[in-house]
Amino acid sequence: MNLLEVTNLSKQYGHDLLALQNISFSVQNGEFVAVIGPSGAGKSTLLRCINRMIDPTDGEVVFDGVQMSKLKKNELRMQRRKIGMIFQHYNLVSRLTVIENVLHGRLGYKSTFAGIVSHYGKDEKKQAFEIIEMLGLTEQVYKRCDQLSGGQKQRVGIARALIQNPRMMLCDEPIASLDPSASKVIMDYLRNISTKLGITCLVNLHQVDVALNYADRIIGVNKGKIVYDGPPNLTPEEVYMIYGSAAGDLIFDVGGQHAS
Amino acid sequence: MRVEALVKKRKYNVIFFAVLLILTLTSIVLTEFDAAKGITSIPRAIRWATSNFYPDIKSLEKIPRIWIKLRETIFLSIAATTMAAICAAFLALLGSKTTRVNRLLGAASRGISSIFRNIPLTAWALILLLSFGQSSLTGFFALFFFNFGFLARAFVDTIDEVSSDGVEALQAAGATYFQIIFQAVIPTCLPQMISWILFMIETNIRSATLIGILTGTGIGFIFELYYKSFQYHVASLVVIFIIISVLVIEFISNYVRRVIL
Ligand SMILES: Nc1ncnc2c1ncn2[C@@H]1O[C@H](COP(=O)(O)OP(=O)(O)O)[C@@H](O)[C@H]1O
Ligand SMILES: [Mg+2]
Repeated sequence: MNLLEVTNLSKQYGHDLLALQNISFSVQNGEFVAVIGPSGAGKSTLLRCINRMIDPTDGEVVFDGVQMSKLKKNELRMQRRKIGMIFQHYNLVSRLTVIENVLHGRLGYKSTFAGIVSHYGKDEKKQAFEIIEMLGLTEQVYKRCDQLSGGQKQRVGIARALIQNPRMMLCDEPIASLDPSASKVIMDYLRNISTKLGITCLVNLHQVDVALNYADRIIGVNKGKIVYDGPPNLTPEEVYMIYGSAAGDLIFDVGGQHAS
Repeated sequence: MRVEALVKKRKYNVIFFAVLLILTLTSIVLTEFDAAKGITSIPRAIRWATSNFYPDIKSLEKIPRIWIKLRETIFLSIAATTMAAICAAFLALLGSKTTRVNRLLGAASRGISSIFRNIPLTAWALILLLSFGQSSLTGFFALFFFNFGFLARAFVDTIDEVSSDGVEALQAAGATYFQIIFQAVIPTCLPQMISWILFMIETNIRSATLIGILTGTGIGFIFELYYKSFQYHVASLVVIFIIISVLVIEFISNYVRRVIL
């Protein structure tokens, strides 16, 4: 059965801006899917409509057998625990320490009061330290997040998502603010999470070459519509279709990769 | 392109100063303000001040009385700001885009803070004089209401500016509203909020002098008392005390800011 099923999803901002138009696709358990497209294509909107950080105007999202649009406030919180989210700007509480930020991923499982006073169980802390070690952040555990490098911050973001024990990760341009070497580290971690832990990944990416290298499947979005959905071996024509006239140098990149 | 931008900017600057000059000249004409007379009377004012408005040995006897009133004013300012800050924090949570419960309450909250903020402090004092008369309650509430409006606005901006990223992440993780407030909003906003509160306390001690004259309390009252009874030496001593206390408070708040930010 499909883990995620999106049917005829549309999102309209204001009166005339159609950010998403009749988007339909499904994602199987364990798949690593890259969503690519020029900026303004609607990638972020699409991702946020899935966990209802943005309410869609029309259409349906079924995640793990549950219709998202039908959920009431509390049910939605329960459902969101199963979906980890990674952001371009990391979205950490930067004045708090690494461990505090990682444990934030457990808030959805706690009573309001326990969450307010940061009362976490022994096993939760143990799991936090294990995940932190897995992501190579052991030395930074008690550092404040505003003292970390971009790559380290993003790893904290991943740790916070992982401790939710999610079934799926939604990653919105996770490497757009990072240099190439940190980008590679982050993409390797995400790929590993998908392969080793079997967590489904839906990753918005700007860079075609990265998407082709890491993803099992590519969804190309342009002007709010899916224009490509298939395996990660795109022809230059297909890249052009996704990126439109802005694709000049990108096509060259892809061409180079195919040659090598 | 950069040169064009620069030229454009210079053009705007010229226009801005031309408009400012025209406005100034118009106001001088309209108010019949005699600029020449205004400027020539400055030396006279200085001469008067240097010959009368300085503390002499005898005025030093009044220090204990001044100190009592000054303390009253300082405590009044701190109390008014603290209380206002607590109320403003709640209003700001409702008013901020990041933490509001719904659009309607958000607009209402911003409206309320705007009303309170845009009524000038002296107007508040005069309005409250009608209900409380000349008492320190009038001063307290005048400062309280004005600070409430001002801080609510400052807090809304702070919350929107610094905490929206963390809030979004916790919402996506399934945290509840109050968990988000305590785990994301307060940790990120608190230092900046404290900074605003300190700024407001400084401002209040300055304004409390004026309020004191209107309401017959605190340091303002004692200044007016000596001034009206021609005891200029003591009055000048009061002014010196006000300046010193403002400087001390500024020093303390700068120190606190350095530590927390
Ligand atoms: N909150 C919003 N209000 C109005 N328009 C928006 C909002 N968010 C995004 N948009 C518009 O929707 C379109 C898609 O945006 P987005 O999903 O952020 O694209 P991408 O992530 O692919 O760059 C853009 O034209 C953008 O300007
Ligand atoms: Mg985006």
